[in-house]
Amino acid sequence: MKITVKLFAYFRENRFLREDQDLPAGTTVGDIISSLGIDPEEVGVTMINSRHCALDQAVQENDQVAIFPVIGGG
Amino acid sequence: MADKIYRINMSTLSTAVEEVPAQWQGHGGRGLTSTIIAAEVEPSCHPLGPGNKLVFAPGLLSGTTAANSGRLSCGAKSPLTGTIKEANAGGTSAQLLARLGIKALIIEGLPQEERWYSLAIDEQGITINEETELIGKGNYAVIEAMGQRIGAKTGVISIGQAGELKMSGANISIKDPDARIRSCGRGGLGAVMGSKRIKYISIVPTDKKVAIADPEAFKAANRTFAKALVDNPISQALGQYGTNVLVNIINEAGALPTRNFTTGQFEGHEEISGETMYDTIVERGGKPKHNCHAGCVINCSQVYNGPDKEYRTSGFEYESIWAMGADCCVDNLDYIAQADNLMDDIGLDTIETSVAFGVAMEAGVLEFGDGAGICRMLSEEIAQGTPLGRIIGNGAGSVGRAFGVTRVPVVKNQAIPAYDPRAIKGIGITYATSTQGADHTMGYTIATNILGVGGSVDPLSHEGQVELSRNLQIATAAIDSTGMCLFIAFAALDDANCLPALIEMINARFGINLTADDVTNLGKTILKTERAFNQAAGFTNLDDRLPEFFSQEPIAPHNVVWDIPGEKIDTFWDF
Repeated sequence: MKITVKLFAYFRENRFLREDQDLPAGTTVGDIISSLGIDPEEVGVTMINSRHCALDQAVQENDQVAIFPVIGGG
Repeated sequence: MADKIYRINMSTLSTAVEEVPAQWQGHGGRGLTSTIIAAEVEPSCHPLGPGNKLVFAPGLLSGTTAANSGRLSCGAKSPLTGTIKEANAGGTSAQLLARLGIKALIIEGLPQEERWYSLAIDEQGITINEETELIGKGNYAVIEAMGQRIGAKTGVISIGQAGELKMSGANISIKDPDARIRSCGRGGLGAVMGSKRIKYISIVPTDKKVAIADPEAFKAANRTFAKALVDNPISQALGQYGTNVLVNIINEAGALPTRNFTTGQFEGHEEISGETMYDTIVERGGKPKHNCHAGCVINCSQVYNGPDKEYRTSGFEYESIWAMGADCCVDNLDYIAQADNLMDDIGLDTIETSVAFGVAMEAGVLEFGDGAGICRMLSEEIAQGTPLGRIIGNGAGSVGRAFGVTRVPVVKNQAIPAYDPRAIKGIGITYATSTQGADHTMGYTIATNILGVGGSVDPLSHEGQVELSRNLQIATAAIDSTGMCLFIAFAALDDANCLPALIEMINARFGINLTADDVTNLGKTILKTERAFNQAAGFTNLDDRLPEFFSQEPIAPHNVVWDIPGEKIDTFWDF
């Protein structure tokens, strides 16, 4: 199952900006975060295909997964 | 010594120092400017005529050691919206005014003659002086001249050419600790200052301190408050990436208004993002962190250098970068930085003016993506006051009317900022119902709709948006009265220690016993005072609506329109 993972802000440091991954069915957003060595406590927002999602949501073929640390502005 | 009101009458060129009336004692910042405007300005007056007044007020905690308390509020009837208006900014002036015991400056009347003036404030009081040398010059020339004439630490409040020309997009500039510029940006308050023919106000620093009723309690509360701010992860991210960290997340959410609000994602988002900006700043020897006033512990400002490693701009904000970037399709931070600095110097609101450029691009005045063209038109058209420059300098609505464009993103004639209301519905409620025209800072639902701060409300749903916007608008009106930067709200929404410490500081400063309910009631009272002014000026619930195109043109990628009915919007005021 091919998906795209996008990282933002300091999550990109020593990782990547955008990466295509081949993952087994049933993989959740939380699994992806763990596999990247990101502390879940530091995760602020996760989106699949531009919609907010929970960490236990399973990803589907061709999904775009975006992972942001806790950020703000305005 | 009790704080005083300084009243400046430009019709008679006279000044007076007054006691603070009892009913104004508990107010500061926005609460005070709006209370004074509502009490003393006829709502139907022409904003640039003799009946309007321009009020400056430091916040309740400004001038103290309270972290992040250096905001200065400026209020008047707005020439852009016709509503009551308050705009606030950092810089050094709020603290200097508060330490001089000045609760508010009220500037009224219009000079009889075609001369320009300045106001000089020091420990002896206030004087009105004629000014000739700096007329027609930008804000940076004023700041430099004040440094030479009076001293490097002089506080400066000034207008550029846009304010002199009474453009509705003109802002009021406040000098920051590094002699750069912060702006009371929105609503054309620079034009009101220009109508009163005041080019600048200088403030000589004093050694006096703000009196604190209970210094020990104040110190303890400030320690708790500052810790809540510093420990908050959002504060930390703001220090690294500035507010521009938002480009990528708002783009990802499909709510980054692009190409004059025709789509919700911008192909060039990475080029203008906070991440790219941070890398560029570090590479060119700029400063990722910078504070706009002493005592700020968040440091969301920065110093951005050009490819030659020389200074280009600071206080480089998300909304400015979005407006020139995505909305005008300029995918080059160097052009955006140059335009940002030009707008600071000319004294233009970066949101209003850049959205006006987006509408002008749709009209064919210049091409989308033409960053060089924007910079040229700022210098050669707007600063010179050519007919085209005046059309753009009067804002997005002005450009739409002049060129027959119907896709004009404004509410109450004020440009909609960097979050598309079709894809983030809570902010649409704020734009519609704000007492001051479209303004994200009036009730920043992005926190909860997108960032997961203060809970979570689905940005595309109708549910909970009115309540979210209402609660935030009430809280914001109260925060805007304290002199606090609005970014304390991120800590206040998620850290249980933050808000009680803030209230404790207000109590310790004045020797009073406010509760959280009192603060909420203050926010409600301010909103109702502002709305009553607008209603008396002729506004009705039918003005609390978004432009027609938002309900007719779906925005990608979610392909959604603005579809919250008017009757539901109107329930905002059920409190």
